[in-house]
Amino acid sequence: MKKEIIRLSAGGAVFVAALIVGEGNAASFWLFLVAILIVGGDVLYHAVRNIFRGKIFDENFLMALAAVGAFCIGEYPEAVAVMLFYQIGELFQRAAVDKSRKSIASLMDIRPEYANLWRGDALVKSDPAEAHEGDLILIAPGERIPLDSVVTDGASTVNTAALTGESMPRDVGLGSELLGGCVNGSGVLRARVTKEFGMSAVARILDLVENAAAKKSASEAFITKFARYYTPAVVLAAVLLAVVPPLFLGWNTFIEWLYRALTFLVVSCPCALVISIPMSFFGGLGGLSKNGILVKGGNYIEALARAETVVFDKTGTLTRGIFRVDRIINADGIEAKISSGFSDDEERDFERGRAEIDEKKNGIEAKNLLRFAAHCEGYSGHPAAAAIRREYERNGGKLDLSTVQNATELAGRGASAHVSGVEVAAGNARLMAEIGAEIPNAVRDTLEGASGTVVHIAFDGVYAGALTVSDEIKSDAGAAVEGLKALGIKHIVMLTGDLVTEAEKTAKEIGIDEVYAGLLPQDKVEKVEELFRKKSKKGKLIFVGDGVNDAPVLARADVGVAMGGLGSDAAVEAADAVIMNDAPSKLADGIRRAKRTVGIARQNIVFALGVKLVVLVLGALGITGMWLAVFADVGVAVLAILNALRALK
Amino acid sequence: MVKILKIENLDCANCAAKMERGIAALAGVKSCSISFLTGKVIIDAEENGMDDTLAAAVKIVKKIESGAKLKL
Repeated sequence: MKKEIIRLSAGGAVFVAALIVGEGNAASFWLFLVAILIVGGDVLYHAVRNIFRGKIFDENFLMALAAVGAFCIGEYPEAVAVMLFYQIGELFQRAAVDKSRKSIASLMDIRPEYANLWRGDALVKSDPAEAHEGDLILIAPGERIPLDSVVTDGASTVNTAALTGESMPRDVGLGSELLGGCVNGSGVLRARVTKEFGMSAVARILDLVENAAAKKSASEAFITKFARYYTPAVVLAAVLLAVVPPLFLGWNTFIEWLYRALTFLVVSCPCALVISIPMSFFGGLGGLSKNGILVKGGNYIEALARAETVVFDKTGTLTRGIFRVDRIINADGIEAKISSGFSDDEERDFERGRAEIDEKKNGIEAKNLLRFAAHCEGYSGHPAAAAIRREYERNGGKLDLSTVQNATELAGRGASAHVSGVEVAAGNARLMAEIGAEIPNAVRDTLEGASGTVVHIAFDGVYAGALTVSDEIKSDAGAAVEGLKALGIKHIVMLTGDLVTEAEKTAKEIGIDEVYAGLLPQDKVEKVEELFRKKSKKGKLIFVGDGVNDAPVLARADVGVAMGGLGSDAAVEAADAVIMNDAPSKLADGIRRAKRTVGIARQNIVFALGVKLVVLVLGALGITGMWLAVFADVGVAVLAILNALRALK
Repeated sequence: MVKILKIENLDCANCAAKMERGIAALAGVKSCSISFLTGKVIIDAEENGMDDTLAAAVKIVKKIESGAKLKL
């Protein structure tokens, strides 16, 4: 590139000298000739060589023809200027392409370069691809985690920004799973490799991003097709322009028309379009992946930008898919709160709890309800049981299963156990009826219309209270819907297998007004088909799911988006786009970026075509000179490339 | 069978488009895609005759842009 600059400067200097000497004498003629050979020698050489190779409409050839033509009709300054500007433009263009290639390469920076592998007692710096499952690795502070692995020793924080776009550091310790590509914080970690490099999350992501460019958008396809016909069409127009007008106006005007025709040749390269449009989409894909949204192709960017209907699956997408205790109700039907956490003195607390139960049975403190329920459900695998245990531990309680005897799981009803001398039953209304514990009307009233699962609790056969357990709505689910509404998405729909009441409550909380509940997995496809029929022809239907049980819908939608793609291979496989972290609000972000990318591509198409068209018209009318045409041509290319780079952000 | 290759020193976007068309038109090639920015070439072609296809692809790349090279 440096050599090129020196060459062009030298050529430019000779050109200026020629201009100073002035046209019309022999000295300046030779100076112009030297200048054009210095500046455009390589172009002329390539042009001649390419003719022998049978390539006529080559850019070099057309540019050479334009310059030589101008030279032959005596327009020496024009000829040199065309060559000079063309070369300078090419130089800028190459620099801009280099820059964008580098920006894209820096996106790929998440590829781990090496792994510190234990080979016997020695630590060997090796290629991550050489590691096998079960190998032990050491990750020093600040290093990139080379492979998916599990911590065997040490504690640290890990920055997952490279994979998820979120820079919240995550604490890791013994047994934590590490993902290759994330960056280790300040602790030294020893870990055991769980997946070979080719199968790791980071390798899959890189693969996906690099291959995404293969799925071309409609705009890209249009430009490639357009480029195919553009050059021959302009060349043909140039020939006609040189020959036809003189036929009518007389051959003494031929030189003038030839000059105008040569101007056409200058703008005959579709380069600006051919580079900048794919670059816009590539930049868009890069920018999206940098923000934790992987999109598998430019075509999906276009579809996202035209989103009209967004369909969310509920569980695991808008909700966390993890159940949580949201209400504790005592036997008087009054919602009870846990005022202070459980003290450490568990034994004494149990004593006190039992004393309280013996004494009143009714109106028992919320803490006791939770403590005894958690222990009663101590061995149960039911999600609601797990939620109750988690809630107990969240409040500082410690599960002591030595206090639990005769724990019995009662299928379809609940569980019962002897806890610290109290006969506890926890389960649904049927269980209460079976053991003869009557549910007070006050409790029934409070629970009226409540969502989620209700776990009734009885102590020694007497009704004591209830816990309600429901799936937790993701903290950004409301923001996700709001964001989509702000983007003008017409239909936001929620699909779920849950009961209607529960589903409607969730939807209301999140702000979704269209809900289809009680659906079996196969019903979901049918519902989506129905939504397809309702939407307009141009609008696109986006489906967002967690990849569990909804692969057919992911495939059927215009864009199937899988959430939390880091964990699940199947989801990454089935979806067209993957949201790397668990945040549904990323979808609005993704659609916004997609719209922006499509906008940039459109700007480039209109801008580049518009300028070319104007130059063609002005050239044909004889208003623009050749050097202005070349300036416009390469200038547009450089500007379009720079504009395309914006899509990366 | 899908082959992923790389072109080095690819300088001209229009040439990349021409190469793409040229390779896609080869016998046995189902589809071909070239990314100008990454230089990545994805060729989907019949498995038997793949060697001939690749040899022809190398020639096409060389012919269209003399400085560029398709790495096998």
